[in-house]
Amino acid sequence: MSLNRRQILLLLPAAAVAWEFVLAGTPDEAPNYNATAHWWGMLLDITKCIGCGSCVQACANENDVPDGYFRTWVERYHVDDWHIDNPVVDSPDGGKEGFPQSDWKDGKNFFVPKLCNHCVDSPCTQVCPVGATFHTADGVVLIDYNYCLGCRYCIQACPYGCRFFHPTRHTAEKCTLCYHRITKGLTTACCEVCPTGARQLADLKNPNDPIHAFLKTHSVQVLKPHLATGAKMFYNGLDGSVR
Amino acid sequence: MNKFQDYAHLIRVAAVFLLGAIAFVAVRAAILPKSFGQYGHFRGDALKEIMSRPLGYAGHQECEGCHPDVLEVKVKGVHAHVNCESCHGPLAKHAEDPTVVKPVLPNVATLCVRCHSENVAKPGGFPQVDQKEHAQGQLCNTCHQPHSPGFDAGGKK
Repeated sequence: MSLNRRQILLLLPAAAVAWEFVLAGTPDEAPNYNATAHWWGMLLDITKCIGCGSCVQACANENDVPDGYFRTWVERYHVDDWHIDNPVVDSPDGGKEGFPQSDWKDGKNFFVPKLCNHCVDSPCTQVCPVGATFHTADGVVLIDYNYCLGCRYCIQACPYGCRFFHPTRHTAEKCTLCYHRITKGLTTACCEVCPTGARQLADLKNPNDPIHAFLKTHSVQVLKPHLATGAKMFYNGLDGSVR
Repeated sequence: MNKFQDYAHLIRVAAVFLLGAIAFVAVRAAILPKSFGQYGHFRGDALKEIMSRPLGYAGHQECEGCHPDVLEVKVKGVHAHVNCESCHGPLAKHAEDPTVVKPVLPNVATLCVRCHSENVAKPGGFPQVDQKEHAQGQLCNTCHQPHSPGFDAGGKK
């Protein structure tokens, strides 16, 4: 077979493209999960939370969260009529073992479950000097534990106090929204065990998700909306005194 | 000859810059993880590492596959929306191989009160009891069937 100059010139780019594929190797086995088809958030219904601490326990079990540290926790608020701006808040051991009966019989008392808000414009990812914390295409904020230096900037940057320094791994640590579960079609550990449905994982890109009907018919708020972090944890029945 | 000496120093500077640039590119290529930039400005393998974490909680769908009898009782009662592992704990390993990991029965003395002990901060309609006053030291499952605890739903033992 003989090739003239024109044929060789035409074949060269094709060969180059083919060589690229050879260098790249066979692509990974395509998982069923398509990140761009999801946009994760959560609905937290304060009117349903009973402060049992099941979510806190489940999170610790599922993610090996060390004792005394929390990826999610529950706070109990006491607001009396005269001190709306100064609520009394307690959270014994993050609410892991529930709450003892309160001495406060007057005023307003309620529970507020908290976790990483998986903000769209997250302050924590912006301050990372090495790019170890990042946004996934489906709206989850994660940490690359092998890249993290442990400088703690992100822990200070989070206005919700959702990050902590892992005592043995010596990196920043936070809620992953159970990324290993939601990418397999399961719900998060905290939502799985919540007995009253006060926590519900929501996929905002899924038109059939009940979150859409809920958001249309309820007054829902995020925490610290004035910070414009684009928080995706939607609270129903959120009192103005909640910080 | 003079002209050549005039730009000889420029060539030296250019060479230094060129070497520096080559060194930068080479070092960057050597230390940058292969999967960096695969999905964004981060190491793509980090996602895989996070996703490969083993499950602790199997999820109620998994339980219901093998225990439809319990589900049948549960859906009729007030605990219909309480998932299995809320009370029974993380059992993904049991779901994987039921012969190896046997779940332990939850301790009723501490389990029920986790949700149903009286607390002013709980929502008004939620069933709450003062354990001592309500049961006089008896265990909850003396009277209530945990999978369907309401008496009107036929949950009474």
